[in-house]
Amino acid sequence: MFTSIFSSVEVGLMFAIMALGVYLSFRILDFPDLTVDGSFVTGAAVGAILIVNSTNPFLATALAFGAGFIAGTITGVLHTFGKINALLSGILMMIALYSINLRIMDAPNLSLLQHDHIFTKLNEAWGNTGIDAAMASFFTSIGLSDFIPKTWVIIIVMIIFVLLIKVLLDYFLKTEVGLALRAVGDNHLMITSFSGNINFYKVFGLGLSNGLVALSGALIAQYNGFADVNGGIGMIVIGLASVIIGEAIFGTKNIVRVTLAVIVGAIIYRVIVALALRVEFLETGDLKLITAVIVILALVMPQVIAKQKEAKRKKQRRARLAG
Amino acid sequence: MLELNGIHKIFNEGTPDEKIAIDHINLKVKQSDFITIIGSNGAGKSTLFNIIAGKLFPDVGDVLIENKKVTNLPEYKRARYMGRVFQDPMAGTAPTLSIEENLSIAYNRVKTRSFRLGVSSSRRTLFKEKLETLGLGLENRLEAKVGLLSGGERQALSLLMATFTKPKILLLDEHTAALDPSRAALITRLTKQIVEEEQLTTIMITHNMQQAVDLGNRILMMDKGKVIYEAAGEEKQKLTVPDLLNEFSKMKSDGAELSDRTLLG
Repeated sequence: MFTSIFSSVEVGLMFAIMALGVYLSFRILDFPDLTVDGSFVTGAAVGAILIVNSTNPFLATALAFGAGFIAGTITGVLHTFGKINALLSGILMMIALYSINLRIMDAPNLSLLQHDHIFTKLNEAWGNTGIDAAMASFFTSIGLSDFIPKTWVIIIVMIIFVLLIKVLLDYFLKTEVGLALRAVGDNHLMITSFSGNINFYKVFGLGLSNGLVALSGALIAQYNGFADVNGGIGMIVIGLASVIIGEAIFGTKNIVRVTLAVIVGAIIYRVIVALALRVEFLETGDLKLITAVIVILALVMPQVIAKQKEAKRKKQRRARLAG
Repeated sequence: MLELNGIHKIFNEGTPDEKIAIDHINLKVKQSDFITIIGSNGAGKSTLFNIIAGKLFPDVGDVLIENKKVTNLPEYKRARYMGRVFQDPMAGTAPTLSIEENLSIAYNRVKTRSFRLGVSSSRRTLFKEKLETLGLGLENRLEAKVGLLSGGERQALSLLMATFTKPKILLLDEHTAALDPSRAALITRLTKQIVEEEQLTTIMITHNMQQAVDLGNRILMMDKGKVIYEAAGEEKQKLTVPDLLNEFSKMKSDGAELSDRTLLG
């Protein structure tokens, strides 16, 4: 139980990077970008093929970001210069990327088990520190020997890495370019009248968004030990689920808070899935259905709660006036 | 400052809906001119504004700013020359951004945007100073989201954002029309104050005849894509609303009936 939750937090942190990308396109740019399903795999594919060909895994992961960035800009160009509807340009790019991803990997899937990747490298470096052994003896001494995870390195490194991305993103969204980007999603007319080229910001924003998605894909591929051409199906819904869950819990008061909400939302989503899969009658194949149900609940529940609160308030008000 | 040479614009050419929006208009706007434009709906005022702003491009004719041809310059590039305030108080600001962030975007109208923070402490001081001139207390709410402001406050902020970077041309598109009378009066007063202080070259569309008479040193009346009446200087200063109505009916008498709709519309 603890181990499965522990690993869902690890995976959740990696998916949080994808969720931040989805937040950028969906919320900041107000652009429902379905490229994500394709660019996630593009990241995994580029990372995997480079690693299989003995590239430094850190460089391979960075290049995966670049590949996603390019994919996003193409969606942006289709939408802005091709004047194709936002949803359709994303779908077109998603379909196109499926073939491109197959070409990149030259196979429907690639195994990384025989190769050095980020997490094997981290494990090597970590092994010498003895922190895992120390943590293990600590847990045993307080009588929790069942709760010992294999290693702490992934979770610690991922927390630092995700927080770093968050801080950079928070800063970026407050720069002159970042403010203009936010205004593009907010008010086209306004930003144009203040010399902002909305086409440029859309293309750039979608690039950044899909870059993050691809980065997440590359990390997940290395964590799982393989890249699969079908690995991106429903990714946009998972991203949305994370954004919506996070926002529902933490609110949208300011950027710093929302980006944190999205990260925690991604982790919560993973934990919910892990718990749901432990329910006896559910199978692994039901995952997508569970995802859809979670998103629907996250969208509907806040409305229901608000309605109940309003009804309660009215009732109290009536009681006060009557009394 | 601004020059329109033989501007002609037709919508839906070659279809039954063909409409001549601008019919060979020539206009020379001098430095520090304040022009008010009146006319009924469909007279071509907004089309003229859109051509000046670069949202629409003329079929024939040229737009010159400071003797530079900008006819084909896209809207966002032309924005470097001009500040604009729209009729809709929601149109000139970004609702999910704070007051200071909105001002920062406006500040960057004349500068290339970089990866520096949009709101630095020196800028914040400047923004505070500028907001104080509005007298609405917005200087104490720098971090409030603009979406929380009332229509009047948002329009006052829009006016400030359009003007505090000293644009070469200020375009006001019925910017008081969507406000209640007291807010409209406030915005009119602020407009007058800012335009006088900064000596801005201004063009204002209005449906309020009193406003058109009170403000500015030049007045244009448009109908069917043409300028049908013009007054400047002393003639403009002496102009009253009845005079204007008189001119309006004179022009209309050669054909269409003068109705309330054409006057107010």
